[in-house]
Amino acid sequence: MSQARDIYPQVPRNGGPEGHRNGYPPTPLQAPRDSSRQEPRLLAAGPDAGWARHLDTFGTWEPQAAGPGLLEALAAAGLTGRGGAAFETWRKATATAGSGRKGLFPARPVVIANGAEGEPLSVKDRTLLAHAPHLVIDGLTALAAALGASMYVYAPAASLPRVQQSLCERPRGKRIHLAQAPETFISGESSAVVNMIANGTAVPMDQRRRLSESGLNGRPTLVVNVETLAQVALIARYGAQWFREAGTPTDPGTRLVSVSGPAPVRDVVLEVPGGAQLTAVLQEAGMDPASLSAVLVGGYHGRWVRPAAHALSPVGPPGRTARPGAGVIHALDLQTCGIQATARIVSYLANESARQCGPCMFGLPAMASVLNRIAGGETNPRLAAELDRLGRLVSGRGACRHPEGTTGLVSSALEVFAADFRAHLSGYCAGPGGAAA
Amino acid sequence: MDEAMWAFGRVSGFVSLALFTGSVLLGILNRSGRPLMVLPRFSISILHRNIALLATVFLGLHVGSLLLDSFAKLNPVDIVVPFLGSFQPFWQGLGTVALDLVLAVVVTGLLRHRIGQRSFKAVHWLSYGVWPVAMAHALGNGTDVSSGWFLLLAAVSAVAVAAALLWRLSPSFLETSHARQGNLP
Amino acid sequence: MKTYLHIDWTSCDGRGLCTELLPGVLDRDDWGYPVARGKAGWERTDVPVRDADREAAQEAVFLCPKLALSLFERPGPEQEKRTPGR
Repeated sequence: MSQARDIYPQVPRNGGPEGHRNGYPPTPLQAPRDSSRQEPRLLAAGPDAGWARHLDTFGTWEPQAAGPGLLEALAAAGLTGRGGAAFETWRKATATAGSGRKGLFPARPVVIANGAEGEPLSVKDRTLLAHAPHLVIDGLTALAAALGASMYVYAPAASLPRVQQSLCERPRGKRIHLAQAPETFISGESSAVVNMIANGTAVPMDQRRRLSESGLNGRPTLVVNVETLAQVALIARYGAQWFREAGTPTDPGTRLVSVSGPAPVRDVVLEVPGGAQLTAVLQEAGMDPASLSAVLVGGYHGRWVRPAAHALSPVGPPGRTARPGAGVIHALDLQTCGIQATARIVSYLANESARQCGPCMFGLPAMASVLNRIAGGETNPRLAAELDRLGRLVSGRGACRHPEGTTGLVSSALEVFAADFRAHLSGYCAGPGGAAA
Repeated sequence: MDEAMWAFGRVSGFVSLALFTGSVLLGILNRSGRPLMVLPRFSISILHRNIALLATVFLGLHVGSLLLDSFAKLNPVDIVVPFLGSFQPFWQGLGTVALDLVLAVVVTGLLRHRIGQRSFKAVHWLSYGVWPVAMAHALGNGTDVSSGWFLLLAAVSAVAVAAALLWRLSPSFLETSHARQGNLP
Repeated sequence: MKTYLHIDWTSCDGRGLCTELLPGVLDRDDWGYPVARGKAGWERTDVPVRDADREAAQEAVFLCPKLALSLFERPGPEQEKRTPGR
């Protein structure tokens, strides 16, 4: 497990095992317990699936045959990126293919499978790489065939041996290059991925030219999350129609979510249909929504929501939708102070700034400091407004989306924990261990 | 004619040094990100550049006039290679060193947008080396060291540059240093 | 085609020259870095420049001590529709 993960362990847990958070390989997908649940698609081949069992489960594979018509199929399927931004995959791929054809000397595009999972609460990508690496590689080869591109797999050290082993098992696996992702929060940001492979530093780059125009060594570059690639492989095999059999018309297909909560709840990776109800997902992970105060949806760049009727979908009416982002769902019990939990996360995020861009380098520590002062019991009524002002100041101003991701989290905290903020600022904390109590 | 060349060579040297001193001070002020009274930051930047260019012009006149002067016996080689001169080779060589460095700084400064920030910055740091070398050349080679007004000028320049350097190294150098040290407004 | 002033935040050091040259377009934040007035999201990094501000923007690009600014032209967002595969 990543070291980053250990920075966020202090949410009080009432006894129970702590050790499971640091185990590798991660908990495999839970088998569906009744027919109303989503049949596993991505992990249908079961744990530790090798090349033979993979082919047995999903059928034979001809990447060259999968290439033509793939982008049209992805558009018809409505597949969106599962790495966080939920951008339509076909649009990204088409832009990359288009820049590859431009100019006097057409440059060969690059497709990079992004397995970096800097989100401390996310385990779904490493789970997928551990149990279904061949599906990810299938998707990578299909997309690369459609674009005439060269291929990379970028993943943390713990996932690489499994990928390496899978590449050896399959025909023509040697064509795929491997690159190691460091265990930092921003190592998976797409320009950081390109920067790491090109220059050995996994920090975001200024993107005056989009990566789809000029990325790795100036070539049109497509960085795709590994789960998205696994979905690409399924669409290439079974078609858009089949893909849309799960999920909703606006959020078709399935997605993996990493669900964690107060002990003794075990961290699990679940495959849920698009537009799934948050409460249903929490229940499936063994939690009672009534015993929770708030849920962090989308990871550290996500938002806090009440454990109420929210659909997990990148699109939908604001009050009733929670954007799944990188697929992280983290529940907070009624005893835990949401402000303290948010303060710890924002301190972590401020610390994970690449310290390249001024507004992030100075703004995030300032936000963390204000939040920590509120969490620590300082009763200055101007602090909440200051937090809001700082959030508005930094957003949109950086080489990557780290500032607005952080701002989004803080603004959701100000909204969801509004009563707790008022209590803190008048010298009282509802949670245990609150210095203001 | 020779007499005039000699005099002009000396005077242009002084003017060049004085202008370079001004340019160094403005450069340090520019780096702090602070405006100077009515002068906005971009004017300081332009002034810093123009004074440096003017100083370079006077440096050219200084070298050119002494090349033509029979008393100084300056060879064209002395402009490029230091410490070969016939008259006080060490002190004159310092002048050559300063000249070469100034040319490097000026050329990279003018080509800043072409060569990129990193190369520009690496060479521009040499300015801090140019100034003391040029001053040493003036003091060692100059034939006016005995005159009071020259010593006064040199002392004032040295104090000003030293003070600016100390300020440059102080924690409150940047205009925004208070906020950047984590203090809320 | 619209003109944008791109801020390379990885190079910007908040020296404030651009905010003096484009006072109607850029403000300064607590730490001296430029903030596009009245803009949100990516328009704070790729700042739209009106024709009247073009010359000042060019001056800012030229004078930026960190070479963090550049001007570029891009068709408006509505012209970027695509069809799959082309």
